[in-house]
Amino acid sequence: MAALARSLRPAMRLLSSSRPVLTTRRGYADEMSFTFAAANQVYYVGANVKQVDVPSSSGSFGILPNHVPTIATLKPGVVTVYEADGSKKEVFVSSGTVTINDDASVQVLAEEACLVEELDKSACQEILSKAQSQLASASSAVEKAEAEIAVEVGQELVRATA
Amino acid sequence: MNNFGRILAVAQPCAAQQQQARGMATLKAISIRLKSVKNIQKITQSMKMVSAAKYARAERDLKQARPYGEGATAFYERAEVTSTEEKPSKLLIAVTSDRGLCGAVHSGVARTIRNELATDDSNTKVVCIGDKSRSILQRLYGQNLILVANEVGRKPPSFLDAAKIADEIAKLDFQSGKIVYNKFKSVVSYQVSDLPLFSLEAVTKAPKISIYDSLDDEVIKSYMEFSLASLLYYAMKEGACSEQSSRMTAMDNASKNAGEMIEKLTLTFNRTRQAVITRELIEIISGASAL
Repeated sequence: MAALARSLRPAMRLLSSSRPVLTTRRGYADEMSFTFAAANQVYYVGANVKQVDVPSSSGSFGILPNHVPTIATLKPGVVTVYEADGSKKEVFVSSGTVTINDDASVQVLAEEACLVEELDKSACQEILSKAQSQLASASSAVEKAEAEIAVEVGQELVRATA
Repeated sequence: MNNFGRILAVAQPCAAQQQQARGMATLKAISIRLKSVKNIQKITQSMKMVSAAKYARAERDLKQARPYGEGATAFYERAEVTSTEEKPSKLLIAVTSDRGLCGAVHSGVARTIRNELATDDSNTKVVCIGDKSRSILQRLYGQNLILVANEVGRKPPSFLDAAKIADEIAKLDFQSGKIVYNKFKSVVSYQVSDLPLFSLEAVTKAPKISIYDSLDDEVIKSYMEFSLASLLYYAMKEGACSEQSSRMTAMDNASKNAGEMIEKLTLTFNRTRQAVITRELIEIISGASAL
């Protein structure tokens, strides 16, 4: 069953990210209780949204109402929320977790999050170059790992603003 | 404020002795005390103002952190995770701060942990966040303390603080545990509550874990590490808010008590002064009539 679901997931992902309108019309009408919070700000509490795309460390995936329960960790990237009225909201997250429970509740908890339109492109570029120089000068393994994470965040920031 | 009360109580008998000896000295003693109580009142009043401002901010922050904490606990509740071990090694995390003068906030948390330790202190380790819980628990259960975080409470807790502590805690070996903290209810009330902690083993053995799709140990492990940090962050926010609100009430009470004390002292001061004047008059009159 799990293997089947796994093989189905890419197909579903393709379907969900490209044509969200169609999928909702096809009868995924059940409600989703969506909570999206970061340590610095709360975006949604128990809201009913159409679809959420999250970047997880095992690959990005879209969540529709009644998604199979799972847990995953977030990697730096953009969380896209398709609200019930059809509008789209893009939020950049640095890291965190995503939980999908069997009661159709979805929790996305981020360490830090920020609306993509509020990101400053030149500042993002600066973060990336700073992280790269940090990586170049890192000596110990821990420092290197930290710098690598910073570079990853920087790259995603630049990609999000591009 | 308690301390001041104690000092004053000690000072009282000597003042009484002095009164018997000489009226003038008492007058001086009373005026000194009056002045110090007035100073104390000024201090407590301004401390109240400061904590009122800090409380307003802490409450605003807490509003943001609540959904975060609820989100972090949701998975453990839905998956019905319970600790399975017969005699598990337990970890208790006391969320307090370094600062005192805030009523029973810290002692409440410490008492809960002490009660827990009193029933069974073998195999139980304690992590203290904030110096206050450490100083309360150290005397009786010093050997159970495994980690102490200080420099907590000067500034509002940040996610980075929580992540640092979570990082240290993740290195410890435990099967089950609890985060003991003060849950903020309103300005006048808070309640000692706890959030459960689980080991990786307990999560993988949870009855409903099988309905969750595509899990491996790596995912669960990193998920749990992050959720530990989120839980700590949430608990610290709740604790900070309770602490500030409780300090506000404590300082308000202290100012009120100081006000009462000032009233009483002023009365005694005036009476004593009158008594001294009268006595001097009597001395002059009786001296004059003796001539």
